[in-house]
Amino acid sequence: MSDARPTSDPVRGASIIAAVKSAGVGTVITVPDITTSDGLLRPISNDANLRHINVCKEDECIGISAGLSFAGERALILIQNTGFLDSINAIRAVGVEYEIPICLMVGLLGKQAGEAPSEARNYGVRIVEPILDAMGIPRALIETEEDVALIAPAIEAAYKTSRPTALLIGQSPEAE
Amino acid sequence: MMKRNECLEILADQLSDDTVVVAVYTTAFDWIKLRPSPLNYIFTGAMDLASSHALGLAIGMPDRRVVVLDGDGSLLMNMGSLVTIAGQAPKNLIHFVAENGTYEANGGHAIPGAGNADFAGFARAAGYASASEFSELDDFQNSLSSLLQAEGPVFAALKIEPGPPPEMDYRMMHGAQIRDDFRAALK
Repeated sequence: MSDARPTSDPVRGASIIAAVKSAGVGTVITVPDITTSDGLLRPISNDANLRHINVCKEDECIGISAGLSFAGERALILIQNTGFLDSINAIRAVGVEYEIPICLMVGLLGKQAGEAPSEARNYGVRIVEPILDAMGIPRALIETEEDVALIAPAIEAAYKTSRPTALLIGQSPEAE
Repeated sequence: MMKRNECLEILADQLSDDTVVVAVYTTAFDWIKLRPSPLNYIFTGAMDLASSHALGLAIGMPDRRVVVLDGDGSLLMNMGSLVTIAGQAPKNLIHFVAENGTYEANGGHAIPGAGNADFAGFARAAGYASASEFSELDDFQNSLSSLLQAEGPVFAALKIEPGPPPEMDYRMMHGAQIRDDFRAALK
């Protein structure tokens, strides 16, 4: 059965950022992602209340986030689905097997409006959810303003249980 | 060329007790025998991530010195981390790389370009505050105090003789206890 999502009430970048901050995240670790570039990365990089760490390759994010978590700080990793795919071994070892809270926000490059990620025509999008499911990583799809309510609880749960979580961004958040 | 354990003994002698040490695989197993401490962070997961874990720790704990005991094979897998670390410029980070030209934990095979790559040069070019290399134990011993007091990020490549790997207790390395002990030691 298709899990097609409505394309009305598009999510605003400012709403996502507010939700992330409300969950106690003080650092965002990034490699630019086309889907979230204008709506999220640009305002995050200009936000005086967020520490922004830009890295060369996505798996660095996993190690840095782990180090921060031991230091008592919460971080969000903002990357593209292609970068998620490139980081799977690091997520497997550090997040899943070492049970460290790794919070991923993943832009789904190439996902079409109204498509469910698992039914996307784009292969790199279509395999993201099955991979997360195989790894036992909880996930939520963020596309509308209503979906924003899922963000803070997901991050809180990740830090409470010391496990990874994934927030998938299916459409470009609106920029201010 | 130096022996890794001789370098580690000198380092263990000069590090303060509150220093966090991130160490990879074979170096980690040698290190924890020389300086047993709950502040040894040897659970990097993927073999290339020591420098990245260390950056997170250094940024999150700016008043505590963080030392990385990296391997040349490990660092080759995460070369971009040199640029990332230099860009973040943590003053409290010291990055040592044991250069023995081999993947000691994986059968002792040569790393790519063994003997050609200039790791200190890489760090210097990436923008580390300082980068040096040591082939003689006396030089390393005489320079270490200055390295440990310098404003980071500091990089030091240690030219090490290849040798047989130490006894490796992966069950301990991957177990939850040492992570719990590390968290408790930071409180």
